Amino acid sequence: MVGFVLFFAWLGFGGDLIAYLATDNPDPGSYHHVFPWLGIVLTSVAIIMAWYSYKKGPENVLWSTGAWEVIDPQDDRERQLVNVVEEMAIAAGLPRPRIWIVPDADPNAFATGHEPRDSHVAVTRGLLTLCNRDELQGVIGHELGHVKNLDVRLMTTLAALVGVVVLLGDGMGRVMWRRRGGRSKGRSGGGALVAILLVLWIISWILAPVVTQLLAVAVSRRREYLADAMSAQFTRNPLALAGALEKIEQADAPTAAITRGAAHLCIVDPLGRRLTNQEGWLADRLATHPPLSMRISRLKGMGYAELKKEDGPFTSSALG
Amino acid sequence: MWVLLVVVVVAVAWMIGAYNGLISLKNRTINAFKQIDVQLKRRHDLIPNLVNAVKGAMDFERSTLEAVVQARNVAMKAEGVKQISQAENALSGALSRLLVTVERYPELKATGNIGQLQEELASTENRIAFARQHYNDEATQYNTKQQQFPTTLVAGLAQASPTDLWEIEDQAERAVPQVDLSRR
Repeated sequence: MVGFVLFFAWLGFGGDLIAYLATDNPDPGSYHHVFPWLGIVLTSVAIIMAWYSYKKGPENVLWSTGAWEVIDPQDDRERQLVNVVEEMAIAAGLPRPRIWIVPDADPNAFATGHEPRDSHVAVTRGLLTLCNRDELQGVIGHELGHVKNLDVRLMTTLAALVGVVVLLGDGMGRVMWRRRGGRSKGRSGGGALVAILLVLWIISWILAPVVTQLLAVAVSRRREYLADAMSAQFTRNPLALAGALEKIEQADAPTAAITRGAAHLCIVDPLGRRLTNQEGWLADRLATHPPLSMRISRLKGMGYAELKKEDGPFTSSALG
Repeated sequence: MWVLLVVVVVAVAWMIGAYNGLISLKNRTINAFKQIDVQLKRRHDLIPNLVNAVKGAMDFERSTLEAVVQARNVAMKAEGVKQISQAENALSGALSRLLVTVERYPELKATGNIGQLQEELASTENRIAFARQHYNDEATQYNTKQQQFPTTLVAGLAQASPTDLWEIEDQAERAVPQVDLSRR
């Protein structure tokens, strides 16, 4: 998070620093850049844009997936979904989130919103047909874990920031091109340091979208394990979520309805799971989710520890 | 002199924080306890529907149905944690007996109404269990906080006292569902 702030400060005020150094010559008459107007303008534009996309974020995500809200459940599966969500909300001590169904055959689920009081849980049609009651409960527990940890707010914020940086980067690129064409001749040389800083600054703007996305991904990946653990805490049945993840792993079609922007919100990466299932440095940097096999084995570890503690094969799932 | 002032300010600030933390934990615990009541009420409201739905089809299982209705009436009148938990456990036993009986009537299960009611009942039982679990989690957190040093120093000020966890006290009642299952 500190890296994030520093990176944004560099994007905003780095330009002013360069201008300050470049115009820092002893001539009394010439222009000296002291007031960081560039940074302030950029920051205020960014804040307004980020605020807007933060406010509209959950709405946009739900809209882009084509989800519809379950208000009056029509069939048994929908009724069960509503019941399971309400049960998990009780277990988590949260208000009942709004429930959405995404018309997609691939099993997946995600949560979004700003705070627990105003949160949304969406599951795909495929998840409803594939999972039994216990497994559905595990998945919903995972999503409500995200809600309880305030991950939904964090993710909405990150998505807003990524979006703003991409847009601003685009705008800055255009401004810089025009500047360079117009009056590049009139500049007095400010030394090697200034030139290096300028190049670095421009490169940062070019790389900004990628860097912010990588940072967002790193945050989201760590949160997945935590949400899995929360789900186990709510249901006291980690093996059910492990079972659900195994089933989802086998249904390896990408979730067509969920696009890149919402990928980090989902229980499993909707863009196919090939990358997610690899371990190693590169996969660690690029995937929004930890490897499914790792998550499943951790959940199973929790489940077997519980069995051992209870001294026998009787869990709630074994009985029910 | 200044050092003393800083120490006092820090101590007061910490006390306010710890006091408020305890109060919010206390209220969360109370709220979690009320949630159990809400869910128990839901179960009571559900039972007449269930009984009406199966009444016609299982006329000769009258005793099972009556046991459920009776247990509900007792549970609705119960007062105090101990009495409530006993009555509700008896109701749980009667309900699980009824569900086992319903399983024996495939034609009853085939009508959509019963399947729906079974789902509702299963969900209600889950809700009650989860509400208790949540209450126990909150109460444990509250109890731990007020007993731990240094928060324990302001526990008296916040009028915090350890709350009971919800548990099934009677060993015989704990065994009730298993007895029912074996009787099948």
